[in-house]
Amino acid sequence: MKSNSNLEKLLASGKFAVTSELGPPKGTDVAAIEKKAGYLKGKVDAVNITDNQTAIVRMSSIATSKILIDLGLEPVMQMVSRDRNRLAMQSDLFGAYALGIRNVLCLTGDHQKFGNHPQAKGVFDLDSIQMLKMVKAMRDEGKVLCGDEISGGFEMFIGAAANPFGDPFVARVPRLAKKAEAGADFIQTQCIFDMDRFSKWLAGAVDRGLDKKVHILAGVTPLKSAGMANYMNKNVAGINVPEEIIERLKGVAKEKQADEGIKICVEQIQQIKEMKGISGIHLMAIEWEHRVPEILELAGLLPRPVV
Amino acid sequence: MILAERKPLAEIIELIGDARKVLVLGCGTCVTVCFAGGSKEVGILASQLRMAASKAGKELEVVEETIERQCEDEFFEGVKEKISDADVVLSLACGVGVQTIAELFPEVVPLPGVNTTSFGRPVEPGVFVEYCAGCGDCLLALTAGICPIARCSKSLLNGPCGGSENGRCEVDPENIPCAWHMIYERLEKLGRLDWLDKISEAKDWSSSASGGVRIDIREDLREIKLES
Repeated sequence: MKSNSNLEKLLASGKFAVTSELGPPKGTDVAAIEKKAGYLKGKVDAVNITDNQTAIVRMSSIATSKILIDLGLEPVMQMVSRDRNRLAMQSDLFGAYALGIRNVLCLTGDHQKFGNHPQAKGVFDLDSIQMLKMVKAMRDEGKVLCGDEISGGFEMFIGAAANPFGDPFVARVPRLAKKAEAGADFIQTQCIFDMDRFSKWLAGAVDRGLDKKVHILAGVTPLKSAGMANYMNKNVAGINVPEEIIERLKGVAKEKQADEGIKICVEQIQQIKEMKGISGIHLMAIEWEHRVPEILELAGLLPRPVV
Repeated sequence: MILAERKPLAEIIELIGDARKVLVLGCGTCVTVCFAGGSKEVGILASQLRMAASKAGKELEVVEETIERQCEDEFFEGVKEKISDADVVLSLACGVGVQTIAELFPEVVPLPGVNTTSFGRPVEPGVFVEYCAGCGDCLLALTAGICPIARCSKSLLNGPCGGSENGRCEVDPENIPCAWHMIYERLEKLGRLDWLDKISEAKDWSSSASGGVRIDIREDLREIKLES
């Protein structure tokens, strides 16, 4: 075992994993974290704690992760290189480890232009792949990037993201291969709506044997309404919601669209479960944590196995 | 070339303040080519300042001059007097030019009339694009001659992020092409996509602005000076 995290043990045992996501509050409201965590406790294997997602200032992912541990949940601490240079990243990783965090997701992060401080200086000292390599060397060689030895242990289960829907498509499998080589133990993908393109990407990954090198968790997001589907399709680069899904949501009455969105999500999960090369799902119910148990129940993924 | 764009007129008028005599000093090199601070722009700005002053009922004498290069001492020879005579010197050169004035004329407070933006080139009439970030450790040989440090909004070194769509960068799809998309397209045509399989290691930024003020010392040229 590299980290002994619940997520690692579960994936190593070959069980189908379920991770979810919790966005920290835009302030110090710990009760909001406790409320969201309450919906997820015992329902998922680990919970991603986002790091200033979409470049909006929120409580730090380290602190929120620690609060989650105290509540009895396992966090996957996200860390973006947009806001930290290599010194800050490594020192924060030491701190995270000391606080009991055992899963980390290495990301470059959304550009600061999209957040609430577009005037900020973006750091981008390392990209996500260089960051993965650094974290792996911290764990496996006990060294920080410059080669100095680390005092104490650093057992971390290392994750990365993949976006099969970004362009150019020809770059997407090689980029996954690079992340696997750099040190990713698991991958969580961007939300999947376009199943055809996802299947094509996955086939390319399986062809290169990448599913044997990294555990691939497929990203799914329940759509709350036709409006949300339209918005994501138009405004979020790298997310493509096929017309048929938007039409299907439009086809039901407004107050029933949320339920229809959940139905679509459950169908997607069932489809994904059957795919070769998939080790689990990453369910991103954006500000909809309370509906996670219901989705997982309908998808036949509850109760969660204990390892 | 060094790219710059002229500051808004209102900002320039505020910078000039109560000065009675202003020298608008253009530069005949980079800023002339990018239409920000050459003799033509000096003329336009001088007229605008005169009109604004007369409209505001202020007395303002505007002197116009353009020298070949404001980044080298010898080109200032012919304008020394005009610089000393003016209450303020408004330089339309890049930041290097403005600072050269400060260095050569201790009694003068030079004012910047342009915002210096980057190193780049005109790609079509009226469109100037940043191409080089001056990182001090050129890696263009690895990326088919397209710089991801200057031309990728996140300066990524290992391929495109998820925000690349139809060849455009999500930061400003209308104006910014995705540098990594271009790199892939070029290497695909060259049959060299395998170049991108290798992980690009953490960059040593000490040769960039992160390493402190950059100074090139050329001993060979120093010796020539001593000999002569």
